[in-house]
Amino acid sequence: MASPARLELSGITKRFPGVLANDAVGFAVKPGEIHALLGENGAGKSTLVKMIYGIMQPDAGEIRWNGQRISVANPKAARKLGIGMVFQHFSLFEAMTVLENIALGMDAKIPARDLESRILAVMGQYGLKLEPHRIVSTLSVGERQRIEIVRALLLNPKLLIMDEPTSVLTPQEVDQLFTVLRKLAQEGCSILYISHKLNEIKALCDTATILRGGKLVDTCDPAVETSRSMAEKMIGGSLKDISRAAGRSFGAAKLAVKALSLPADGPFGTALRDISFTVRAGEIFGVAGVAGNGQNALLLALSGEATNANPASVTVDGVDVGHLQARARRGHGVASVPEERNGHAAVPIFTLADNAVLTARDRLGMVRAGLIDTKAARTYAGEVIEAFSVKATGPSAMAESLSGGNLQKYIMGREILQKPQVLVVSQPTWGVDAGAAAAIHQALVDLAATGSAIVVISQDLDELLSLCDTLAVINGGRLSPPMAVAEAKIDEIGLLMGGIHGEVAHAH
Amino acid sequence: MRIKLEKRHEPSLAMLVATPIASVILTMLIGIVVFDLLGINGFEAVVDIFLSPLLYSYKWQDVALKAAPLIIIALGLSMGNRAQVWNIGAEGQYVIGALCCAGMGIAFGQTGGFLVVLLMIAAGIVGGGLWAAVPAWLRTKYNVNEILSSLMLTYVSFQVLGYLVGGPWKDPNGRNFPATAPLADAQTLPVWPESTVHLGVLVALILPFVFWVIMARSEFGYQVRVVGSSATAARHGGFDSKRTIWATMIIGGAMAGLAGGLEFAGVLHKIDLGFASGYGFTAIIVAFLGRLNPFGCLIAGIVLAVTYVGGQMAQTSVHIPNSTAGIFQAMMLFFILASDILVRYRIRLIPSAKAAGV
Amino acid sequence: MGIDFIIAAIITVVGLTTPILLAGLGELVVEKSGVLNLGVEGMMLVGAISGFAVTVYTFNPWFGVLGAAAGGALASLLFAVLVLQLNSNQVATGLALTIFGTGISSLMGLSFTGRIVMPFASVFPDALAKHEYLRLIFGYSPIVYFALIMVPLTTWFLKSTRAGLILRAVGENDLSAHSIGYSVIKVRYAAIAFGGAMAGIGGCYFSMVITPMWAEKMTAGRGWIALALVVFAGWRTGRLLTGAYFFGILMALELYAKASGFSFLPSQFWAAMPYAMTVVALSFISSRGTAGANAPACLGKPFLPST
Repeated sequence: MASPARLELSGITKRFPGVLANDAVGFAVKPGEIHALLGENGAGKSTLVKMIYGIMQPDAGEIRWNGQRISVANPKAARKLGIGMVFQHFSLFEAMTVLENIALGMDAKIPARDLESRILAVMGQYGLKLEPHRIVSTLSVGERQRIEIVRALLLNPKLLIMDEPTSVLTPQEVDQLFTVLRKLAQEGCSILYISHKLNEIKALCDTATILRGGKLVDTCDPAVETSRSMAEKMIGGSLKDISRAAGRSFGAAKLAVKALSLPADGPFGTALRDISFTVRAGEIFGVAGVAGNGQNALLLALSGEATNANPASVTVDGVDVGHLQARARRGHGVASVPEERNGHAAVPIFTLADNAVLTARDRLGMVRAGLIDTKAARTYAGEVIEAFSVKATGPSAMAESLSGGNLQKYIMGREILQKPQVLVVSQPTWGVDAGAAAAIHQALVDLAATGSAIVVISQDLDELLSLCDTLAVINGGRLSPPMAVAEAKIDEIGLLMGGIHGEVAHAH
Repeated sequence: MRIKLEKRHEPSLAMLVATPIASVILTMLIGIVVFDLLGINGFEAVVDIFLSPLLYSYKWQDVALKAAPLIIIALGLSMGNRAQVWNIGAEGQYVIGALCCAGMGIAFGQTGGFLVVLLMIAAGIVGGGLWAAVPAWLRTKYNVNEILSSLMLTYVSFQVLGYLVGGPWKDPNGRNFPATAPLADAQTLPVWPESTVHLGVLVALILPFVFWVIMARSEFGYQVRVVGSSATAARHGGFDSKRTIWATMIIGGAMAGLAGGLEFAGVLHKIDLGFASGYGFTAIIVAFLGRLNPFGCLIAGIVLAVTYVGGQMAQTSVHIPNSTAGIFQAMMLFFILASDILVRYRIRLIPSAKAAGV
Repeated sequence: MGIDFIIAAIITVVGLTTPILLAGLGELVVEKSGVLNLGVEGMMLVGAISGFAVTVYTFNPWFGVLGAAAGGALASLLFAVLVLQLNSNQVATGLALTIFGTGISSLMGLSFTGRIVMPFASVFPDALAKHEYLRLIFGYSPIVYFALIMVPLTTWFLKSTRAGLILRAVGENDLSAHSIGYSVIKVRYAAIAFGGAMAGIGGCYFSMVITPMWAEKMTAGRGWIALALVVFAGWRTGRLLTGAYFFGILMALELYAKASGFSFLPSQFWAAMPYAMTVVALSFISSRGTAGANAPACLGKPFLPST
């Protein structure tokens, strides 16, 4: 009999009010194995690993570690066992140095100088480059992830949990990460790799466990499966393609951006530099890029939440709107859906009806003589809920009580039903389940078909490639020349995302 | 046993109403115990403070006079707090409002009449509003925390008062006592026949309706609530946060100034060094006890006025110190803040599962 | 102006500076942990009466200081329970603490009004403490030296110790600190109690050293100046010391202007000066964008972990 599994779960169950997040989940991870945990958003992957790492406790089921039954009381206990974790949303401290951040992740007190030499040793061993005395806020996303990895590696983990590690990386950075992970696995460290990206799992993992709706669907060998077969297990049905009319043609230019520059908003913001592009009626224009390269600033500059001294920097149907604020731009038919739903696109503690007033009050005449027509707001909220099949108790439900996907559908619906001439959306399907994502994509395509110009800003390249007609890449606040999606090459886009422009110029 | 919090889908309306009432009752119960420990008849003291002013009809006008400024100031502060604007300098705005009102009266000499009184009150409103405009300006222009600036200006306003009543405005017939000359009868506020209840009490009864319409129904009220909930969402909706800060701050100051003017022209008729009696600070408690709701402020203002009047009664009847009313007021505020969580969360007791460490 | 006058002036400035320095240091640590406690004025008053009362009963000012620290810390724990356990609004709860502290100190102080305590004996021999010139260095209450020692000690704690690192981490990103496994609530409890103790000691400087007797509301808004001082200092201990002396000088000006009957400006002008200058200083500091860079990112926000 071979040695026991490094980690073995059986019958793990976790219940939240109204949701069964994990329903009797069980699988095993062997020493030195790279084991994928695959599933859509909301499938229960994060909850499961949080229980392994001791952030939450299971309601039922058992966890075995090297054959021994254990209960992990807290993350400290997990680390003591040899379980390390790299979070999707980094648990880093922006205003502190790399060294301080790593020290905070160590349970034992280690003198700063010793710690520094150990960090350098680990970095050398795995080819991870970092400057220990840099302040984290000055680092790129990839570098920040390296801090987390180094922090985990310093504890000599026997199991490393990686939660969606590539969602913020360039293709080149992904390759570097995979090299590190393979080296670790060779040395006997098991890796639990959480993702919903099928090609990555095929490229990296030895085994894949697929979750759907909190239940275990299958544990399989990714080398044998096809991406499509795994995707169908993950989604639980056959994939639905976006339907769009064949042979579409674009109308006249609707949204034109000319030499748009904007200083950085605060010390952590990104400045926009000389951005120009045109979106025609009926066109869906995609903006790809790694997080933190000016996507947010671009959305604000287009929506009018950030204004520009030069009115001609943004025009809608030939009218200069660059100097106008959000409300005035809405009058010209510009609608927007920012990335952050709660607290930007919607007020969490307001009802859906009150949230309808936020952006629709002028276009739909909800204000009369300074007083709000609450009936009109309720009616419109009801229409949006109906048209976009938002799961909510009704117009008086609080925005924060909705799931991410449902709130996103509501917000998209709120803007789309106003029939905007120009719609700018950022991360339209972030954290949204596949069904809702498909509905949102379909709604965008349908809106474009009515002659609106649409800008989609997303970090999900697959989404952009399937949704958009035209694509450009944003990096360091600059936008690459647009390219037709039909002709775009993925490696070229990858290089642009990584900030390498020269080779693209060469390719043209 | 472990306490677990569960977020409610919608804030509990029942808790919203029940918690302020429970806070008052809890404060009374604790008061009984504490007084007994201090060797004072606790039951009698608490009855005196919280109930006697309501039981004796001759005390009602006292309650009304104390409640009026509290309600008026709290209405303005509630609106600011809704926008996350923390004006805690209402006391100073109240003082400046009263001084402006007095200044206007002095400018008219002995001339009085409806128009003059109206101008005096208007001067109070403008003065309080301008005094509050300073923190608004500093906040929007230089990003200065308005909590600190508005409070610092309150201390400055006391000195302004001290200078004026001890110098240029000192009553020449006042035996060198630092106070203004008593207001001419023609310059005082109209009073309900055979009582001390002045026109300001009526104002305090009408204003909650006005503020309710503004906050619950108007676009401006909506703007205030959005800015207070999320500045980013407000910008997305096309609302100007800075303008909202200006507006709510100035409205808060104007209300305090109005209260100061009414107190001067309606009750005290002169200003001396003891003019600032803490209404501006107590109104903060009123605003919270009233849950930042205009009608809540109306009721809470009356409750706090009762404790003021009752505190004075208890001072003579059971000889409790005058600081006790303040402690009761603070206790009510503590309880209301502590119970906030019940509005937004459901509290559940869970038998603790033995979480064995490794 | 003789040398005597200058020495006396400096001693006055040091005395006026000490309470706001103590309270400011405490509040700086509290704010570094991500909590805004506006109850400084209330905690100072509670400290003032507790210190005074303990000294009256024990005849020992050292116990008095301990009592002041305990009183301030106890008062701060009221705030801590509400803010940390019940997630109440920090601004409102801090205000409530100030109102409560003002009331409770008056009540506690009733039986102490008019009484006087023996001031601290100097820790140095009279030859030094009462020497014509050397009193400039040796002639202060032990609380003054304590305050001055606490400046480098606090700096060292925040910058060079692991506990200080954790405290800063909690104030910088409470959710991350929680996910790593630090107890945000415990760290904040400790910080708030420390802030309360320091404010309490700052408060007892009024009742035990400056006057030395008890009077209602005797801290006269200095707690608020201490709060302003933390912003003014940009959350840096060194600048807090400088700022405290700046305000100390302003307050001394008021005393001297009053005493000398400076006639061309009313005395109220000088009395208003420290408060007005606080506003002006805050405007200068706050308008420079860099001042906020050192501000703890979680300052004043409730800690709401999802689990």
